[in-house]
Amino acid sequence: MTGSTGMTADDRTVRDLVLVGHGMVGQRFLEAWSEQPAARHWRVTVLAEEPRPAYDRVHLSSLFSGSTPEDLALCPSGFLAEHGIDLRLGDPVSAIDRAARLVRTESGAEVRYDVLVLATGSVPFVPPVPGTDAPGCHVYRTIEDVDAIRAGAATADTGVVVGGGLLGLEAAGALRAGGLATHVVEFAPRLMAVQVDDGGGAALRRKIEELGVTVHTSAGASGVLTGPDGRVRGLALSDGRELPADLVVFSAGVRARDQLARDCGLPVGQRGGVVVDAHCRTEDPAVLAIGECAQAVDGRVYGLVAPGYQMAETAARTIAEQQGQGFTGADTSTKLKLLGVDVASFGDPHGTAEGALDVLYSDSRSGVYRKLVIGADGALLGGVLVGDTEGYGALRPLAVAGKPLTVAPEQLVLPAGFAGSAGPVALPDDAVLCSCHNVTQGAVRAAVREQGAESVAAVKKCTRAGTGCGSCLKQLGSVVKEELEAAGVSTVQGLCEHFAHSRAELYEIVRVTGLTTFSELLAKHGTGGEGCEICKPTVASILASLGNGHILDGEQAALQDSNDHFLANLQRNGSYSVVPRVPGGEITPEGLITIGEIARDHGLYTKITGGQRIDMFGATVDQLPVIWRKLVDAGFESGHAYGKSLRTVKSCVGQTWCRYGVQDSTTLAIELELRYRGLRSPHKLKAAVSGCARECAEAQSKDFGIIATSAGWNLYVGGNGGMTPRHADLLAADLDRDTLVRTIDRYLMFYIRTADRLERTSVWLERLEGGLDHLRAVVLDDSLGIAAELDELMSRHISGYRDEWAETLADPDRMRRFASFVNAPGTPDPAVTFVPERGQIRPARPGEAGHTLNAPVLVAGARLEVLTP
Amino acid sequence: MTVQIHDGDRWHTVCALTDLQPGRGVAVLLPEAEQVALFRDSSGELYAVDNLDPFSGAPVLSRGLLGSRGDRPTLISPMYKQAFDLTDGHCLDEDTAPDGAPAVLRRWPVRVLDAEAAA
Repeated sequence: MTGSTGMTADDRTVRDLVLVGHGMVGQRFLEAWSEQPAARHWRVTVLAEEPRPAYDRVHLSSLFSGSTPEDLALCPSGFLAEHGIDLRLGDPVSAIDRAARLVRTESGAEVRYDVLVLATGSVPFVPPVPGTDAPGCHVYRTIEDVDAIRAGAATADTGVVVGGGLLGLEAAGALRAGGLATHVVEFAPRLMAVQVDDGGGAALRRKIEELGVTVHTSAGASGVLTGPDGRVRGLALSDGRELPADLVVFSAGVRARDQLARDCGLPVGQRGGVVVDAHCRTEDPAVLAIGECAQAVDGRVYGLVAPGYQMAETAARTIAEQQGQGFTGADTSTKLKLLGVDVASFGDPHGTAEGALDVLYSDSRSGVYRKLVIGADGALLGGVLVGDTEGYGALRPLAVAGKPLTVAPEQLVLPAGFAGSAGPVALPDDAVLCSCHNVTQGAVRAAVREQGAESVAAVKKCTRAGTGCGSCLKQLGSVVKEELEAAGVSTVQGLCEHFAHSRAELYEIVRVTGLTTFSELLAKHGTGGEGCEICKPTVASILASLGNGHILDGEQAALQDSNDHFLANLQRNGSYSVVPRVPGGEITPEGLITIGEIARDHGLYTKITGGQRIDMFGATVDQLPVIWRKLVDAGFESGHAYGKSLRTVKSCVGQTWCRYGVQDSTTLAIELELRYRGLRSPHKLKAAVSGCARECAEAQSKDFGIIATSAGWNLYVGGNGGMTPRHADLLAADLDRDTLVRTIDRYLMFYIRTADRLERTSVWLERLEGGLDHLRAVVLDDSLGIAAELDELMSRHISGYRDEWAETLADPDRMRRFASFVNAPGTPDPAVTFVPERGQIRPARPGEAGHTLNAPVLVAGARLEVLTP
Repeated sequence: MTVQIHDGDRWHTVCALTDLQPGRGVAVLLPEAEQVALFRDSSGELYAVDNLDPFSGAPVLSRGLLGSRGDRPTLISPMYKQAFDLTDGHCLDEDTAPDGAPAVLRRWPVRVLDAEAAA
């Protein structure tokens, strides 16, 4: 640097960039612009209408479920200062003077520009019918809109949403969640008319109506009805009907906000939107437009954020005079969860290309609809997925690239049982994996191969892939893994940097050598060091599976993951929840009263879990032993809700009470839950027993599930709820009780012995060479000759079982860890605070704790009655 | 053998060395309600850092696991499993916390005081 002379030269050449609008696209433009080397010669001013910096409008509905506006903020603190950006909030631009190259704002300010970027977004479209300005009518676009809807919903009983598109359904979900009787009115004959086809729309409608939302299609709003006080009391429909309503939300689409451009004579499209070229320039080379206020070079006005982001980056390059791809059009694929229903559409979902054919699967019973559009040449053109969007990550890029499928398309739409092994769908390198940031598979591969990124996290940092909506993360993971394996990176095979062995290999080493400590194992079979969060809990689990005494004894205590270490479940504010075992879900009134008394005396939040137990939340570390003491004294023991171990065996009431039951499912469930309690495994285990084929215990979604038949018990294995649901497979039918139990013993031990770390039985079963047939041969016919060993391991587990809570209470050494502070054992943690909600406690959110003067704030440890507001 | 932590003004005796199990931590409450997570690793080295996890906003880091990445001693948050470098307090997985602040833990001076020397 030459000091002041350099500065002066820079000063002379400083130019002015003015950005109008600070929404999602505006913020992305600022980020892309600040990365341009040319940017340091420019001064940037942002003129925004809303009172707050850019936020994530796509996730606006999360405000109804507890998120705060701060959670949605998109502009990192310090970003503006770091780049010297002058952001002026709440002062919208009122006019553009192109001749003088300046803009005027509502407050009267004038700002000169060399380059002007319009990112004014769009406005909600409100149909031109009478009464839409009556109190009780809302639009759904900003944080302020959400606040107004929420305030209105508090005193309303019935809400109507006009518009059955993406935003409309989001708004309906929010009203429904607020307890309002909710109607959706859609002008088109189906919901989400742009994204899905008739079949998908029907599946979606059925799912949404099941949730209690009433859907009216092929109907428009013809007027808002008001009462004598001028407030909304209903909505008149175009078909002559009238719906009662205390609240109406218009969400019938958006219109480009192009008035500023119109007023200064810039050309706009026929249906709105400032006309721009592939470089996002308007007719005036000093003015650019990006996002929803622009009509792209392909004649479309995109109402999605991903194309807006691409335009933002294009515009930044244009101004910096950088070469690069222009914006010529974008992928409008979408994947989302609307009112809990998975919906995705990608490529050309309507099959508009000549000669396009459909392959479709529809099961209205389970609410699954899948359609693939196949071109005349066999290429995948697009598709619609409703109810199950598992295939989206792999199919979307393929469809967008227009590449032929490498497997028969029917295999991709049929349920797993019929599809056979479809095998991986190979993507071409130019396929876009992450459409939010326009990152191709090739770029991801290059990041791993050439830039040394060895994990999804590293790839995210290097390419931004997966940092937008996140729908490509799963696909990203498999591409990264594939590329690492191709490069022969050995860490993938090993557990972590400390062990080159897989979990299954470590299990065998421990089993064969009889080593009982982590440090010996690390010294003899690992690479030394301290270990890490991957190998420590894995070895802890292996040691526990093989029966090495209490998990908190000696060195083992230092290996346990946080939950196991405290024998309770860590919750979001640092407090714990406690779940006593309730085998089979059977509990006496006495037991219920005991749990109730304990929860009441300690001010805990109680909830019935999905696994037929009672969870008590809000205990601090120092309260845990007191709570356990009361539970243990009343005959309860640890439910192992904290460990990778058997959780529950659910049951129905079976033939004892049920008029349809054919066997005693409750007795069997209790017996199995007690048999496998405390069994440490690679992943948590859940099970269920149903007394008849009606399957009230949902046994087929469990790691092992049993369904009574008139001739015995059918055993299902490898089922899974959770993120990637899988129906269990029938392993054996009509088993007698002893054979059933022996078969489960062997199945579990074979899984524990051979599964990878955190590998669910469902994934393990699909990976198992030879699949279900092989498993059947091992556990029923002893094809590997290890059945006796598996039986012996299980009987050792059963005879060695001790309740971890009771054992901890009996040992002063183990008890010492249950203090909030080592130097102030009696002091409860002042940072753990609760506030009341629906008559119970919940963790205080940031900003609530200690700051709310009017609302009562409870500090853990104080036995205060919970006050209801 | 007692363990002391310096809060910027003075040393505070917080516990006996034997209170620290190698590989695990304890929470310490200093005046002004400042919370420190204190650890001893398997080689006997002591570390003291903020107890507040910048990613969850909960005071839980004392309940994390110790580990190592290459030559660096690490602390893994029990909440969302980010790893922190114990030598400089920096998060190794993410540069900034959700609130936009740099994800760095304050490190507190820590020492073992020989009981006889102190007497």
